[in-house]
Amino acid sequence: MNRKAKSVIASIFKHILIYAVLLITLFPLLWMLLASFEPHQSIINQAAHGLFEFEPTLQNFVRVFAQYDFAEYTLNSFIVAAVATLLSLVIGLPCAYAIARFKMRKSSVVVLLVRMIPGISFLLPWFTIFSKLGLRNTYAALILSHMLIALPFIVWIMIPNFEAIPRELEEAAWIDGCTQHGAFVRVSLRLSTPGIITASLLAFIFSWNNFMFSFALAGRDTITLPVAVFNFVSYAYIDWGGLMAASVAITLPIIILSLCLQRYIISGLTAGAVKG
Amino acid sequence: MKKWIDRHLKGIFVTPSIIFILLMIIVPLAYNFIMSFTDWQMSIVKAPKFIGLTNYIDILKDERFRNSVWRTIVFSGVAILLESVLGVALAVLINRKFHGRRLVQALMLLPVVATPVALGMVWNLMLEPSIGIGNVLLTSLGFQPRAFLSTRSFESMFWLIMIDVWEWTPMVMLMVYGGLMTIPTAPYESALIDGANSWQTFTKITLPLASPTILVAVLMRLIDVVKTYDIIYATTGGGPSFATETINIYGYLNMFSYYRFGKAAAISVLFFIVVMAIGCGFLKVKSKVEVEY
Repeated sequence: MNRKAKSVIASIFKHILIYAVLLITLFPLLWMLLASFEPHQSIINQAAHGLFEFEPTLQNFVRVFAQYDFAEYTLNSFIVAAVATLLSLVIGLPCAYAIARFKMRKSSVVVLLVRMIPGISFLLPWFTIFSKLGLRNTYAALILSHMLIALPFIVWIMIPNFEAIPRELEEAAWIDGCTQHGAFVRVSLRLSTPGIITASLLAFIFSWNNFMFSFALAGRDTITLPVAVFNFVSYAYIDWGGLMAASVAITLPIIILSLCLQRYIISGLTAGAVKG
Repeated sequence: MKKWIDRHLKGIFVTPSIIFILLMIIVPLAYNFIMSFTDWQMSIVKAPKFIGLTNYIDILKDERFRNSVWRTIVFSGVAILLESVLGVALAVLINRKFHGRRLVQALMLLPVVATPVALGMVWNLMLEPSIGIGNVLLTSLGFQPRAFLSTRSFESMFWLIMIDVWEWTPMVMLMVYGGLMTIPTAPYESALIDGANSWQTFTKITLPLASPTILVAVLMRLIDVVKTYDIIYATTGGGPSFATETINIYGYLNMFSYYRFGKAAAISVLFFIVVMAIGCGFLKVKSKVEVEY
């Protein structure tokens, strides 16, 4: 066999391998999507028909949103994730800036340690403290707890971002009569837009996905989507179609978001591993 | 006024975060620590009573706790091992040129960002012994159907590990891939001239040069994998008969199912110490790696 034929075969083999791995990776998500359009009878009798041999239906989604208040849970999830991200940006950006500009290396280690603390250590104290303050069943309890996810993340991603901004640019702004905090807003923040997008995007996603804190702290009026999806199973019989529709409803926004903004997501997720 | 802000910029910028950390982290952790020395049931009538180290002694004697520790170690150890090997292999694979590279990278990311509870639910459906696609496939291929997650044997743990590997290997892959891209091409060119085969290039060039990144990626995973909660709670909830109960799950059940707050506090204190010890080890390794390279 000549070398050209050999390399063609190798290339074909490589493509098959890569796309097989991709299929395995995506299969559960595709299955979720498929089952969300499938009638109950068809789901519980998978062996009797081929993969796509069923009448697709929207009934599962209708049931989830009309019967089980999922619209309300979606709104709860959105409010909690958005406000937690926003507040974390407000207090986290200046903090990251100060750590970067004043070279507070010890503080950056603290940020990393905070990210490592197991969430379970907070559940009991938060639960009792929020109960005593009458904050259970309010957004405040969930937002504060989700800020614990968002804040360290934002600070951690933004420190190297601010470090990368040349000091000279800020100094030029000072000479032009800008205050130091003014230069922070007009120069540093404006130049770190990509970093801020990355940080807020991931903070939002992790808050949206969070189950442990919401499960322990959410009251009847503040149930978020992951908790609602989990509670779905506790009914006596499992409505698989509805469950999958609910799972699609919670995952789809995240998937669309991350496919559109994948560049930011990848750089954020791998932050800290490659450099710094 | 403006000058005053500038002079105290550092303090003003850091204070809100410090207040947040103090109120939401330090105070709760201290509260949790103190309560771990009390007999504290979820009761308004009975105030917590100081009982010294009793909770800790109880836990160490508790067979269910000791089992959960072993399960956590096995779960983390096997998952980390598989995720590192597969992650590195996949990173090397997607580091080559192929059609649709950007799209494949973007799609591989999805299990990492998707909501874990929802992922747990679809795995529940797929691995459901009587209706799931898993057994439909097995029986159509002529194998015996399996119990998957609904057995007290080690099998349920095995499938949980597989789910974790499925969910997180792409993350390791992406991190290692980031490291591979920073390797210069010169060593590969000279290896080509010297006639090295691809296995030799991998073990002699790729692995040594990417090892700092691999190490950091694996340790970052380790810190997270011991804390795995969502996917276990959403699939097995620690069952059947505690077969998949890790420390995290056992601690949680003690809080919100058995209402043994004092004992739960002690478990979370112990767990906190272990995780932070791993974390400090990680920081040591990380700073060493960064100095050397």
